[in-house]
Formats: sequence, structure tokens, C-alpha cells
Amino acid sequence: MNAAKFALIAFFVGLLVLAFAHWLKIDYFFFAGYTILQFTVLATAWNILGGYCGYVNFGSAAFFALGAYSSVFMHKVYPLPVPALMLVGAVVSGIVGFGMGYLTLRLRGAFFAIATLALAVVLQTLVVNWDFVGGSRGAYIIRPETIDIGSLQVNYIEYLFVLMLVLAAIVLTTARTIERSQLGFGFATIRDDEMAAEASGVPTLRLKLIATTLSGAFMGMAGAPFPYYIGYLQPSSAFGLEYAVNSIAMPMIGGTTTWIGPLIGSLLLGTAQQYTTAYISLGTGVNVLIVGVILIVFVIIAPNGLVGLVQEWLRKRRKS
Amino acid sequence: MDISWDLLINAITAGLLLGGFYAAVTAGVSISFGMLDIVNIAHPAFIILGSYIAYFFNINFGIDPIIVSIVALPAFYALGALVYQVYYVSFEKRGQESLRGLAFFFGLLFVTEVGLILVFGVDYRYVEAAYIGPSIHLGLIELPLRMLVPCVVALAMFAALQLFVTRTFLGRAIMAVSQDQLALQLMAADPIRIKRIAFGLSIATASIAGALLIIIQPIEPSVGRDYIGRVFAICVLGGLGSMPGTLIAAFLLGVVESLTSTFYGPSWSPAVAFGFLLLTLAFRPAGLLGR
Repeated sequence: MNAAKFALIAFFVGLLVLAFAHWLKIDYFFFAGYTILQFTVLATAWNILGGYCGYVNFGSAAFFALGAYSSVFMHKVYPLPVPALMLVGAVVSGIVGFGMGYLTLRLRGAFFAIATLALAVVLQTLVVNWDFVGGSRGAYIIRPETIDIGSLQVNYIEYLFVLMLVLAAIVLTTARTIERSQLGFGFATIRDDEMAAEASGVPTLRLKLIATTLSGAFMGMAGAPFPYYIGYLQPSSAFGLEYAVNSIAMPMIGGTTTWIGPLIGSLLLGTAQQYTTAYISLGTGVNVLIVGVILIVFVIIAPNGLVGLVQEWLRKRRKS
Repeated sequence: MDISWDLLINAITAGLLLGGFYAAVTAGVSISFGMLDIVNIAHPAFIILGSYIAYFFNINFGIDPIIVSIVALPAFYALGALVYQVYYVSFEKRGQESLRGLAFFFGLLFVTEVGLILVFGVDYRYVEAAYIGPSIHLGLIELPLRMLVPCVVALAMFAALQLFVTRTFLGRAIMAVSQDQLALQLMAADPIRIKRIAFGLSIATASIAGALLIIIQPIEPSVGRDYIGRVFAICVLGGLGSMPGTLIAAFLLGVVESLTSTFYGPSWSPAVAFGFLLLTLAFRPAGLLGR
């Protein structure tokens, strides 16, 4: 199956989801669905660098917040439609991803991880000190009730939901295409043995930079519509714990070597978290705690995630 | 330029005191990351855990936080040894430490932090001791005891560690593991056992560092994250595995941070460590006294 076919299928599945949501006629579905899809994008974007290249990015929240805050900035300077804001977010986060990668990727893998961890703290410091985008008080963005697309009047949350759905389809298609391309094979050589890859003439630095830039850009795109979604953006919510931990936990739990792993992980964990917050009203704290514990358990007992477990099970069945 | 000398000298003094404390915070990572090559990003979370233990015993039984932390050393050592054992069996043995090992420590960081939030809440907590409050005056210089005492304790701990690593048999064995694990194995020594001891030691330092932290400033569970950047910046700037380098880097960062917060405002100080880290990684990745 080639990329175009896959994109078509992804698009079709997206349409089905949308039709289903319409048939349900529950506004909450769009609210919850947006968050879950946002995590799908974050997890898949994280996996492009983390799963394919083996470089851990702890700063997902930083890239996400960069996207969100570039939207706030643009909103004050020159309001643009949300799809354009997503592109702005992608450019800003992509540039920061590239810069971080350029400074730290020439060294051992751990340095990159540490630098991304510190990046979140520093960007939050910058935002808190920058009054133009609201500083520590946060920024209000009034969300319109509806938006006109052509002659159609669409609920704004539904509009954001559709945008996120399209973005998720794009990111998944990109991830899958990378996985089966020469680029993906290059990434896999870096993950498995960087020294050997370098010795065989794989341009490792260039490949790693492509991965960080791409991964950062997608995370920025996921963050760009966020201020419109919640209406009031605070540094502590944009740089929230849940983005950093979920975007690592979801691919790890689903399986990091294929595009379907982050998708499964984000759908499972995302839905579970929506459920626990909405129905048994667990606080964010307990949610994050549960995700953290699941993450630890999975990296210890199921190193290849759910996808790995299923593959192992299939292999065993074939043997017997 | 119009600088108040008074302010400048006091800022530098405060920075040196802060630097001594940073040395204690970094000592553990200097062992785990610098010598054992274990990227323990959960170290600051263990420090905060130490702070809360000191807080708990101080508030409920009125015991001095530093004494609590010294009594708690064996417990922290055991915790560290346990964490290393899990880490070794699950990741190091299978050669998966780079991706999954990091995720493991990241998970530990979150679980510890959120666990503390659930138990103690997000309010700032502080301890009470006789030396919190008064200051010594030496001419222009003001030495607040709440900074001086942690600095002295931190330097004592740091000196003890340095002596241990360079002068004792076990300490030298740890250095040997950090240099060539295979060679050590050929000498019929068990590198895993030595690494377990060393990692236990590195977590044990978190107990004391935690008590010092809560003496210096009121804390809440997420304060630890501010220290991740600092700790690794100091460790990298000093040169991985070099204890003297770590000490110099700690003082340097303390002074620069203190100057920044005196002249530009304290909300900027977290950015200083990050700047240090990036500059070091970009220009001299081996650090000041790196091998």
C-alpha cells in the first residue's frame, strides 16, 4: 500500500469518525475527541524522533506550548485563521527543534534528552516574564461560537475537531511514509547502532536534524489551535505535565517501532483519561500518576509495547 | 557604570553560598551520570523526597532537618540500590538503557512528584530550625545562616565523597568501573555490585541535599524540575565524573545566577543554567575539567 492510498484511507476513516460524531449529536464528543486527537498527533510526532531514531525528547510540552503561544502572539499582532496559525506554530517549533538538535545532537544521546528537559523550564520562564503574551497571568482568547465555511455555519469546537482530525491523518501518513522510506531505514540504523551507521556512510547528523525538526514542527502544529480550544491560556496549562508524560507514555505503551503504536497508545490512554476525568472525576494529578505507573510497568515488562506483545503472541501461535 | 559595590559583593557572596549548596545537589548526579553513565533524570525528584522527609519529621517531632537527613541516609541508600537493581535487570542487561531506561527514570520522576503532590498538596512547605533567620555581619558582607549552614554541610559532604572516591578501596573500584568495566570484570570483580553501591551512594546524597534545599527555600513538589537543568548543567560544565570540576562549576553557576537575580530579577534565574548547558555543549562538551 503506497502513501497516497494510505492517506486516502486515513481521510476516509476520518470522515467516518466525523459522521459518527454527527450521528451521536453530543457536543462533548468533540471536546473530548479534540483532546484525544491532539495526543495522537503529539505521540506520533514524538515517535518520529523517539521511536524511529531512539532519541528521547522530554520537552514535548515545550514544543506544544511554543505552538500555542505563537498563536497567542499572532492573535494580538495580526489575527489569522487557525489553519494558518498551525503553519506558523509548525515553523516556530520546527526552528527551535532544529536549533536544539544542532547544538546537542552531535554528542551522545543523553545530552539531547537533558537539553529538552531543560528547554521546557526555560521557555516557561521566558513566557512567564513576557507580558505581551499574558505573562504569568495568562491570555484570554475569545472563541467564536460558530464559523462560516462557505455557506455552511459550523460549531467552532467541531471546526477545531475537524482540523485536528486532518492534522492527525497528515501526521500518521507522514510517519508511515517515513517508516517505509530510505529516510526511515536511515533512522532505524541510528536507533540500532549509530556508530556502525556512521561508519557505513549514513549521514547521521543530517537525518537526526530532519527528525527533530519534523517532530518539533508537528508538536507545534498540535499546540497552535489550543488557545482557541480552551479560551484562556496560562503558562502552567500550556506547559502542563500531561503533555510531556503522555507523549512519551503513549508510544511506549502502544509500541515505538511502527506508526500504529502511538495511535493505539493515544487512543487507549487518551480515552481512558477522558473517561476518568469526566465520569469518575479523578483529578489531573491522579491521572498523571496512573500514566506514570503504567509507563514504568510497560517499559519494564513489555519493552515493545502492545504491538510487540501482539507480534510475540502471533509468532508463538504460528510455531505451535 | 553605576554599580553599587555593596550589592555586588553581597550578590557574589550569596552566589558562592548558593554554589556550595548546588555542589551537594549535583554530587549524586556526578556519580550516577558522570561515573556510572546512568542518566538519572529522576535525581531531583529524590532530592524533593528528601526535603519532604525532613519536613515531615521537623514539623511533627521538631527534629533538626539535617539530623533527619543523616538518619535517613541508609534508607536512601537502600532505595538507590533497589532502583539500580531494577534498572540493571530491566534495561542495562538487555542493552536498552538509552531509550527505555530514560523513559523509566522519567516515569519515576513523575510518579514521585505527583505522589508527593497527592500526599502533601501543592502548598509551599518549610522547616523550622534555630539557624533560619539570623545572619552574621562581616563589614559590608551579610552572611545569612540559612545559606551558610547548608553551604558548610554541603561542602563537608562533598569533601567526604571526594575522599571516599579517591582514597578508599571501594571508591577506587567505583572509579575503575567508570573507566573500564570490562577490565574490572577480567580482574574477577563484580562491576554490577560496585555500580549498585555507587548508585545507592548517589541517591543517599539526595537525602542530605533535600534537607539543605528545604532549609534554603520553601518547597513544593514541582520545585525539583527547576533543578534538573541546574544539576545537569553543572555536571556537564564541570566535566563528567570529575568531582573537583563539579565543585568549580557549582560555584560558577551559583555566582552567575545570584548576579542575574540581583540585577535582572529572580524570575530569570532558571534560564541561566540552561544557557550554561547549551554553551558548554556547543563549545566545550568535555567540560572544564573533563577527561
